[in-house]
Parts: sequence; C-alpha cells; structure tokens
Amino acid sequence: MHQSSQSFKQNAHAALRDATLQRALHNVKVGFIDKRRIAAEKLPEFERLRDEARDIKDHALANLDFYLERFEQQVLAQGGHVHWCETAEEARNTVLAICRSVGAKTVTKGKSMVTEEIGLNAFLEANGMIPVETDLGEYIIQLRNEPPSHIIAPAIHVVQEQISDAFYEHHKQFPPDRPLAEPRQLLDEARAVLRERFLAADVGITGANFLIAETGSTVIVTNEGNGDLTQTLPKIHIVVVGVEKVVPTLEDATTLLRVLARSATGQEFSAYTTFSTGPRRPGDPDGPEQFHVVLVDNGRLDMLASQFREALRCIRCGACMNHCPVYAAVGGHAYGWVYPGPIGSIWTPALTGIENARHLPNASTFCGRCESVCPVRIPLPKLLRNWRNVEFERRLAPAAARYGLAGWAFFARRPRLYRVAAGIGNRVLRLLAGRRGRLSRLPFAGGWTSVRDMPAPEGGTFHSQWARRSREGRK
Amino acid sequence: MSRDAIFRRIRTALGRATPEGADAEALERRLAEHPANTIPCRALLPHDQQVALFAEMARAVNATVVEVDSLDDVPEAVAGYLAGENLPSRLTVAPDPLLDAVPWEKRPLLEITRGKAEGSTEAGVTSAFAGVAETGTLMAASGPEHPTTLNFLPDSHIVVLPHDRVVGTYEDGWRKLRGDSRDGRFMPRVVNFITGPSRTGDIEQKIQLGAHGPRRLHIILVRDAARNRPL
Repeated sequence: MHQSSQSFKQNAHAALRDATLQRALHNVKVGFIDKRRIAAEKLPEFERLRDEARDIKDHALANLDFYLERFEQQVLAQGGHVHWCETAEEARNTVLAICRSVGAKTVTKGKSMVTEEIGLNAFLEANGMIPVETDLGEYIIQLRNEPPSHIIAPAIHVVQEQISDAFYEHHKQFPPDRPLAEPRQLLDEARAVLRERFLAADVGITGANFLIAETGSTVIVTNEGNGDLTQTLPKIHIVVVGVEKVVPTLEDATTLLRVLARSATGQEFSAYTTFSTGPRRPGDPDGPEQFHVVLVDNGRLDMLASQFREALRCIRCGACMNHCPVYAAVGGHAYGWVYPGPIGSIWTPALTGIENARHLPNASTFCGRCESVCPVRIPLPKLLRNWRNVEFERRLAPAAARYGLAGWAFFARRPRLYRVAAGIGNRVLRLLAGRRGRLSRLPFAGGWTSVRDMPAPEGGTFHSQWARRSREGRK
Repeated sequence: MSRDAIFRRIRTALGRATPEGADAEALERRLAEHPANTIPCRALLPHDQQVALFAEMARAVNATVVEVDSLDDVPEAVAGYLAGENLPSRLTVAPDPLLDAVPWEKRPLLEITRGKAEGSTEAGVTSAFAGVAETGTLMAASGPEHPTTLNFLPDSHIVVLPHDRVVGTYEDGWRKLRGDSRDGRFMPRVVNFITGPSRTGDIEQKIQLGAHGPRRLHIILVRDAARNRPL
C-alpha cells in the first residue's frame, strides 16, 4: 500500500479543513466511547479480565515458537495447509498461487487488516482476479478506491451522501432514479449486490483475530455475517494472519473475546464469532474443500526482538483510536498507512521503518487515554516515547529540535546552571511581554505562537516557587 | 525455507533454543489442562435462571424468543412466527434428528425442504449445540446434520433450542464439546457463536439489522424436548 506517513503534518492540516470529514469524525466521538464505558461497567470482572488478557498474550508471545508449531500440527492433522511467509511479497504470491490452482476469478474477502498491509487486492487485480470486499465498510471504500481509516470501522470517514454517490456510480444495473437516501436502502442494495458475489466466488479470504494452538482453529469476529459467507460458500478458504495472533487454548481465546467486543463496539459479544478448523469433513453438506492458513511475519518478529514487543499484544479492537484526541481531530487517513491512531503510530514505524513514519510517534499529547482503555494494557505512551528516543538517536528529528533538546539536556544535568538560566529566561520573557502579559511571537516557537499567545511567566520559576512553598509548609 | 527462518528469528528474539525438559512439560500441561481464566459471575446461576438470562440477553440483541412446552408445539410456533412477520411459509429445515422429531405435518401449509441452505432460501430452521446464557449466544457446531449455510444465507433464522441445552458460560459450551478428548481434535469444522441477527454500523455508525446474514433471529425454547409425541 502507498504510504504517506511522512506527510502527516500536511495530511492533518488538510483533514482539519475538510468539513465533510469533520462531520463524519463526529460519529467516532458520540458512538464508541459511551458504548465501551457502559459495556465495561456492566461486567464487574472487566478489569481483571484485562489483566488476564494481557498475561495470556505475553505468555503466548514468550512461547511463540512452541504454540505456532502446535497450531501447525493441528491444522495439518485436520486436513488443512499452513504456509509460512517472511515478507508481504511472499504472502501475496502464496495467496495468488492458491487462487490460481483452482483457476479462480472472483475472490471474496472478509475484513482483514493484514491483507491491507500486504496490498493483496491490488496484487490480485493486477493478476486478473476480481477481489471483492464484503464487509460493508470495506466494500464502500473499495468502490471509492481508498484505504480504510479505522481498523474496525474502515469507512468511518465517509458520510451517507458519499455512499449514495458511490453506489449510483458503480451499481449501473439499477435504475438511476432509485432512492438511496436512507441507510436501509443503501444496506439492502449492498446486500443484494454482494449476495451474488458470495455465491459466485471461487475463493474466500479472511483474516483471523486469534489462532488456537490447542485445536488448530482460526477465529474471526464479525457483526455482518460477511466473513462467514466468505469462508463457507467457495471451494477454498484462505486465512491470512500475522504470526503474533496465536493463543494457547479455547479458554484463553474466550477470555480475550470477553474484552474484545466490549472494547471495540461496546457490544457484550459480536453477532458472529466463528472458530474454523480444517476443510469440509466427510458427510458435511457445506463448507470449503480446502483450508489454507497463510502465516505472515512482515516485520512482526523484529518487534518481538525489540523494545516494542508489548505492541504485539494488540487484538485490533480500535479502542485506542476511538479515545485518541488526535485521531478524533484528523481521522485515520492522515496517518498515511494501514494502521492509524496510537497503535498505528507504534506499528507503522516498526513495519515500514521509523525513517518513513517519524511524525507518527510525535502525533500524541501523551494524554494516556489509549493506555487506559487498551484491553491488553499495551503501554502505548511509553512505546511512543521509545520511538521518539529512536528518532532522536538516529538524528531523524529536525536539527532545531535536536539541538534544542541537547541544549535543554545540557542545562538539566547541571541544576545550579539550570536554575540561573531559568531565572534569567523568566525575567526576559516577562520584560518582553510588557504590560500585556502575553507574547504573540517567540523565537524557535513560531508554530506554537502562530495560533495563540504565550502567557508570560508569573511569580518566579517553578523551582523558586517550590522552594518557597516548602519553606512556608515547614512553618 | 521461510518456515525455518521464521522459527530461527523467533528463537533469536526470545534469546533461547526450543523449549525442552521442564519448560516444554509445563507448556504441554497448560495445553492438556486448558485452565479456565476468570469466569464472570453473571451466569453462575441455577439452571432455570440461566434459561431466563439467556432469553433476556438474546432479546437485548434483537433476537425474538418464545417458549413452548414440547417439540409438538414447534410447528405452530413456527407457523405463527412466519404469519406474524408476514413471511412466506417456505422453510428449509436442517437434517437434524431433533428436528426429525417435530411433527411438521401438524401444520400442512408449511412447505418444508430438508438440507442445507441455497441462495434463495428465505427461512431456515436449525437447532443449536448450546445456548450460552452469559450473552444470549447460540453455539452451533457444524456436521452432516448441521449445515453452516442455514445459519447465514436465509433472511430469517429460526432456532429450536431445548432448555437442557442452555449453559451458563462459553466455558460450559467448550466443556460439552470437548467431552473426553485429550488430543485437541474434537472441534467440528466450524463452531459458530451467534448473538442476535446480523448487523452493521458502517453507515455513519447507525446500527442496521440484516447486513449479510439473517435479518431476523427467532429462538424457540422448548421446555421438555424429550417428552414423547402423543400417538
């Protein structure tokens, strides 16, 4: 997928000026946050389940080789196939070869972030196949030829009129004067169009939320039922999935499922949670004849070896972006790659290189809401800070920022000097501010003062105030 | 080969060789014992209250639920539901022994086909392996008598669920499915957990029912499915 993370600043400015996008983003604020809070409050054990969810993922990652090997054994024992892919290219070619083996033309897809990550749709199209996204949100953005802007609500940046426009443009089989003003009409039309694609498909591709080592099962979680039609009707079911998704047992997956839907959409449980184990069995009246699992590394194992390992716990609920003030202001596309929001700002540099995404770890106020809602307690602010350190160490930050930080560090390590310098700075700022008490321009901080005034410091430096209060406290 | 390279990378990342000895035994034991984690107390109830909780939770996610005394009452319940929703009386019924025991002939106007669903199937009738009270979730296990397509293709999905198949938690469902298996090979091709009818929020976060799967989910709880049919 084309990456524009390096233009984050320009992307964000454009997003803030886009009135339609701002109208659509309002839905993030009103929908997800309240629903998650209510769902969490309804389950007294929720916080304990989050601790356990974190521990299960940590345990699975600490024994990743053992559990992946067992998972593979069980898939093979049930008559399925397992393919190991180090890179996106290898994964794309593996999927293509499976599709070609049955002369596939129509390939339906359930919602899958890893297939976005490896750019599967464009690749299949270039090779003569017709990939059809079947999740309604994914279908909408496929028609609009754009990437998802949210990991569970891919079309959350789109308003209803834009969906109508896309349907009028692409569904030429229907009368051009048909009404498409209501969500119900849009949904019914998409249902009718996609039903034909489900029935025509030769191959169905899904992702997986979890892999179960104990049984060799793959798990998907959906609300529409599109994932199930995708994987049940065609001859072949291909599961494309990152290697970090394996958990030991059904009980472990169950605990993770209890926090997943509640954190994502605020549902007690998603409408459809499906455990798939191998191809059609003797006597089965339906189901795919072949079951393939394509396991993808594509940079994940570098994360396993790094200070970003905790980010591999992610179960893709989207709570961090739903609660992020930066995401709510600029939307997902500004982040410029597949995974937006706080978790995306950790994953994107890890998978594509910090030199291609150095703005993302800086697109955070460290307010900590992401960490406070993460169902597997990923310390997102800490990991974002780690990326800022890497950025500094590799001299990727602009010179002014680096020298500024280096200068600050010089003083910070010399407390006496720091106090003297801070005292001088304090007085100089007050002098410059004059009677207004505000500064409308500051050297080296034009970005900050271009939209607001800097209030002049009052009442001495922090250190001097602290010292004074301590003295008064002792009296 | 990528498989070997991936395992090498994992072991390098973890800074150790393949787990052996006591480490491997501990991992094997964890799989064999598959311990449960925290189980919400919400569904730890006497069985009759679990049934009530199941119905309450299923209704909360837009399923409709009725109760009948025995399988004899199912044809009337089905016919009444279809009439009430103004739906045609054509049905595809799963080739399920439980549903063999339903006296469909009591309602001769129901047009019944047995088998899996096709693209044109309007209403399907299945049973379920279990009903999970915790969230009003149906647990369906695929097999020769349980086509998966009936859960997803029809516009209306009608589920006949005997009271004694209602359990408290998902873990109870797994226990029932796992039986005495020790090798992890007890899973049917597909286990579907179904919680209400199909839905989507992809158009401006407004929830609509009936996205790709069933628009309606109707659950008929049967108090005593073992009771013999009157001759």
